[in-house]
Amino acid sequence: MDEEKHILTMLVDNEPGVLSRIVGLFSARGYNIESLVVAPTIDPDVSRITLVTKANLPELEQIEKQLRKLINVIKLRDMSGKKAVKREMALICVHAKPKDRAEVLRIVSIFRCKVVDTGLEHFIIEVSGNEDKINALIKLLKPMGIEKIARTGALALYREPN
Amino acid sequence: MELNGAQILLKVIQEEGVDTIFGFPGGMVIDIYDELENSSIQHVLVRHEQGAVHAADGYARSSGKVGVCLVTSGPGATNTVTGIASAYMDSIPLVVITGQVPTHLIGNDAFQEVDIVGITRSCTKHNYLLKDVNDLARVVKEAFYLARSGRPGPVLIDIPKNVSNSKTEYRPVGPVKIKSYNPTYEPNKKQLRKVVDLIAHAERPIIFAGGGIILSKASQDLRELAQSLQIPVTASLMGLGGFPGSDPLWLGMIGMHGTYRANMAASFCDLLIGIGVRFDDRVTGKTDAFASQAKIVHIDIDPTSIRKNVPVTIPVVGDCGQTLKKLNDLLTPVDAASLSAKRKPWIDQIQAWKDKNNLAYEQTEEIKPQYVVEKLYELTRGEAIITTEVGQNQMWAAQYYHFDQPNHFITSGGLGCMGFGFPAAIGAQVAQPQKIVVDIAGDGSIQMNIQEMATALQYKLPVKIVILNNGYLGMVRQWQELFYDKRYANTCMDCGPDFIKLAEAYGGLGLRATKPEEVEPVLKEGLASSKTVIMDFLVAKEECVYPMVPAGAPITEMLLA
Repeated sequence: MDEEKHILTMLVDNEPGVLSRIVGLFSARGYNIESLVVAPTIDPDVSRITLVTKANLPELEQIEKQLRKLINVIKLRDMSGKKAVKREMALICVHAKPKDRAEVLRIVSIFRCKVVDTGLEHFIIEVSGNEDKINALIKLLKPMGIEKIARTGALALYREPN
Repeated sequence: MELNGAQILLKVIQEEGVDTIFGFPGGMVIDIYDELENSSIQHVLVRHEQGAVHAADGYARSSGKVGVCLVTSGPGATNTVTGIASAYMDSIPLVVITGQVPTHLIGNDAFQEVDIVGITRSCTKHNYLLKDVNDLARVVKEAFYLARSGRPGPVLIDIPKNVSNSKTEYRPVGPVKIKSYNPTYEPNKKQLRKVVDLIAHAERPIIFAGGGIILSKASQDLRELAQSLQIPVTASLMGLGGFPGSDPLWLGMIGMHGTYRANMAASFCDLLIGIGVRFDDRVTGKTDAFASQAKIVHIDIDPTSIRKNVPVTIPVVGDCGQTLKKLNDLLTPVDAASLSAKRKPWIDQIQAWKDKNNLAYEQTEEIKPQYVVEKLYELTRGEAIITTEVGQNQMWAAQYYHFDQPNHFITSGGLGCMGFGFPAAIGAQVAQPQKIVVDIAGDGSIQMNIQEMATALQYKLPVKIVILNNGYLGMVRQWQELFYDKRYANTCMDCGPDFIKLAEAYGGLGLRATKPEEVEPVLKEGLASSKTVIMDFLVAKEECVYPMVPAGAPITEMLLA
């Protein structure tokens, strides 16, 4: 059966060890974590974990059920459909030899992202947007030579009706 | 009222109805042990922490209460992991309290420090590291609530030494409310009506009962459903005793070493009602061949078990007892004569399977292990509490001792942990002092926790150990005989103790039988003794457990004797 990427977001108790429980569940049962973002919410006792996993539908059903079973998981939602705003951020350190500098800056302007650091031979670019936009930017910057990348993984919030 | 952590711990435990703790002291729990001297809670001192957990497990299974253990940090805690994993796999309510180094030393590689919360994260229902004495009362209450509610399981509480001896103003805690934990006990009515409809139209139905029936105390409701609708019943290893073994509707155990008729009935039924089961691989054999002609109804309190291994036609999330009660109410009484007529072809087919094979074995001049279990059943009139070790001894116990009541068969099913039976028997004897408790063991398994002889004798627990002694690690030897051309690699135990001398060394009674005619007198003497007894039966060395479904095969493909 076909494996697809799914974005799961969950509200969990903000306590030591909770992240370890979630990650431990995935590793113990052989499920995959492609990316993971965690931070406290407005309520200091509650954190949000946004996780991207690659699984087929029966596996996904098991993953969701196993996560809900954890005592520290308060709420869980699959954000993979259209009813969610999805964003990622990346910091990209790209080589910028004198002959390439103008081209890099043109690409930055087209993608409406920003240069946040510059040196004689490099730029660090900050970009946020959906996964496709970031992947497209990386593809265009590759010929110049990407030194290193730091990505956040997906964040998603449900579009509440009204 | 100002109390220290140890006092608060014992106060809350007593309020939870605990009267017995199984444990082993150490540096990080001395404060708690000191307070225990002032408490009316009975403490059973074991000889290995693994024994404490298995004993608490046996205590829980035979009494329906939460089992409690107390051990120290470091090696004390790590010695409990096997027992905790076994309780986790079998869904047994336990609270395991481990001492921990003082909070300022945690993470420093201190003496006898281990991250037991990290180690047991994947084999406990939940666990806690207490850092503040003001959280103690709430956490302990929560631990008991989690252990016994929903799908039960072991909960571990790690208590640093400075938390046990910190003083605070004790404030009683109200009822437990966990916002993220709300098990579904009441089944959905729409789903139940669909089940009723399926039952009405089924020509060849069976019920497959498991550990959930026993945990939910639902055997009476199960009997009512099965008998009123004349539906044959099988059970997993964990479900034995949930339905009376002497009832004509009983099919015997299902699965890898189940009876011929149970495996055939499951494979040719058109409706399989699974109640309190998880369709484990020991039961299903090849999953896509399992109950291939049947619609499957799956009733369980844990949604993760449903649709995990087999496709389900009608899932019902709920407590087994409550669900069965509601089902029994919804089912309209059927005219007995027409019901009999409708079921007759199916019942006749099942009888034909029973006539073909019903666990017969050949009697020879040697003692057959099956014979020992049969005689034990006869002499105890099927009323003893039986615990088992793991392997051939476990399977023969399940096959030849017929259980009519729940909470009388105590075995490590999911984990299959050798060394479980003897300490579990000790726990069961503590819970049920008036009952006869027998551990059916192999000569390999019994040595894993043999040190608990001292525990049994210290507390004068007249546990009976029946050793089916064949000098081998029998189950592995069987696989080596059937699938590895009899290459008995490291399964022959060339050295074993004289079990009579061993029993006597501890102050117990040791008996031996070497011929079939000695079996009954030895059993009679052992069962009548008020001491802890080891009965050593020298049985046929290369006997195999049959039927056997080879691993990965469909359960219709059984090897027969």
